[in-house]
Amino acid sequence: MGGFMQSFWMYAYFVAAFATVFSIKWLSHPSTARRGVIAGEIGFTLAIIGTFLRVEVSPSHYVSILIAIAIGAMIGAPMAKLMPMTSVPQFTALSHAFGALAAALVGTAEYYLTDAPPHGFTIVALIVEVLLGFLTFTASLMAFGKLQGLVPSPPITYKGQNFVNLTFLACGVVLGIWPMIATAPIWVFPAFTVIALIFGVMFILPIGGGDMPTVIALLNSFAGASACAMGFTLGNHLLIIAGALNAASGFILSVIMCKAMNRSFANVLFGAFGQAKEKSGVKGEAKPVHSASAEDAAMMMLNSQKVIIVPGYGMAVAQAQHKVRELADQLIKRGIDVQFAIHPVAGRMPGHMNVLLAEADISYDRLHEMEDINPDFAETDVALVIGANDVVNPAARHDKTSPIYGMPILDVDKAKHVMVIKRSMNTGFAGIENELYHDDKTLMLFGDAKGMVADIVKEIGAQSPMSS
Amino acid sequence: MTHNIEIAFLSVYIFLLAVILGLELVRRVSPLLHTPLMSLTNAISAISVVGGILIAGEKDVRTLPQILGLVAVTAAMLNIVAGFMITDRMLKMFRRDTSKGGKR
Repeated sequence: MGGFMQSFWMYAYFVAAFATVFSIKWLSHPSTARRGVIAGEIGFTLAIIGTFLRVEVSPSHYVSILIAIAIGAMIGAPMAKLMPMTSVPQFTALSHAFGALAAALVGTAEYYLTDAPPHGFTIVALIVEVLLGFLTFTASLMAFGKLQGLVPSPPITYKGQNFVNLTFLACGVVLGIWPMIATAPIWVFPAFTVIALIFGVMFILPIGGGDMPTVIALLNSFAGASACAMGFTLGNHLLIIAGALNAASGFILSVIMCKAMNRSFANVLFGAFGQAKEKSGVKGEAKPVHSASAEDAAMMMLNSQKVIIVPGYGMAVAQAQHKVRELADQLIKRGIDVQFAIHPVAGRMPGHMNVLLAEADISYDRLHEMEDINPDFAETDVALVIGANDVVNPAARHDKTSPIYGMPILDVDKAKHVMVIKRSMNTGFAGIENELYHDDKTLMLFGDAKGMVADIVKEIGAQSPMSS
Repeated sequence: MTHNIEIAFLSVYIFLLAVILGLELVRRVSPLLHTPLMSLTNAISAISVVGGILIAGEKDVRTLPQILGLVAVTAAMLNIVAGFMITDRMLKMFRRDTSKGGKR
């Protein structure tokens, strides 16, 4: 029996590794997704208990470790419970920061475990672990700051920024390689960690709010890669598997986000989007816009058979999702077909709009991906754009001088009528003029998204005596 | 020595297979669930809690690595608990409206 207890961790890790794999597999569809969470929880419980019972863990340290576990759980649980759904992007960035910090600290602890720092293959993995861990820690905190509005969201750029960043990176590489090939002086490792921390901040500075979906996914990937590198330093296969799954997941999500903007990684990370501002939109189109009232909008929607709603970050900012649900309910009740079109980069993180609309109790059958719904716009009476801008700009299709040229967009302009709820004529994140607003079939509804949708709902209620 | 190389290679095999598996699995996840996917994988990245426990639990561990290990355990644990709970909270909201029906 004692033998079993001693080798319990092996069985626990074995099950935990498979539980982790299945947890991601089951997450692929809403009907099995919650089972995925349970699988993950079982896996992690086993991993923690298994580790605890390993002979390497001395019983004299049980109490301190249990306290550390309890503190973490006691902070994490209320955080997850109390967080408003509109803060999901910031919250995700913040938890990346903690995960990455954990990996980096373990790496640092391993380095100082004995008088002789590790060597050979172990130190290579350890340096990677610490670099990614600390870099992701500060980068995620910065991303959190930008999303929460603590740090200005537009790209922060200065002359020679890429040069400064590359110099820092070069210093980091030199300090990182040093302990791999020779016994480094004691200041080298601390200096290396400091550079990794600073680099994380500088990495996020030039990145604008609209690029956050790509960057958050990338940080997710880094956190996983760091845990994976830890697996190599400790010779722990569970860490390697879980870390690799996570790294792959974050990586593929950021690739999907890049594709949805028709941009390369390099362009997102070093291209500071806003710089193209001056060139485009100089055409000085003095074409008028057609402004309309909530009443006009209500009438038009009531006379239609099919309405597609296109939500964007503006809907999230105004927290208009519940009013949008009321609008959809009113229209559906009157026999009008209402669907939602969701662009992959709408919002501040992958899938951001879906979560908000789900929170407002909108059935996920009505939420459609770009490729699936684009053919439907041609037979749509009204396309209602709420707080989205660049993702519906037809210039992406035909204007080669536009910075967003080539980006796949929602074909809102193919609908018979377009309505855009917008605060003012200010340009969007990319600072690009949107010709959709000047189209003859477009009605501009100026106002706050939440207030405007509420007004439309009221008008619909008043205008339609016909019973459902 | 050859033994060590074999062990390192085994780890690399496992790593590559896990990466390929991860890419295939995540490609199949519906964009509908990309946000819950991120918070779930975020919790999974905190598997580093295992490393933290092993360091902080070492028999005659020095003070510095012990403290670093314990802080790592706290941070990772926070991440695990918050990550799983928020994922579950989000998934609970994804609901299909069977009575009224969707598009297809």
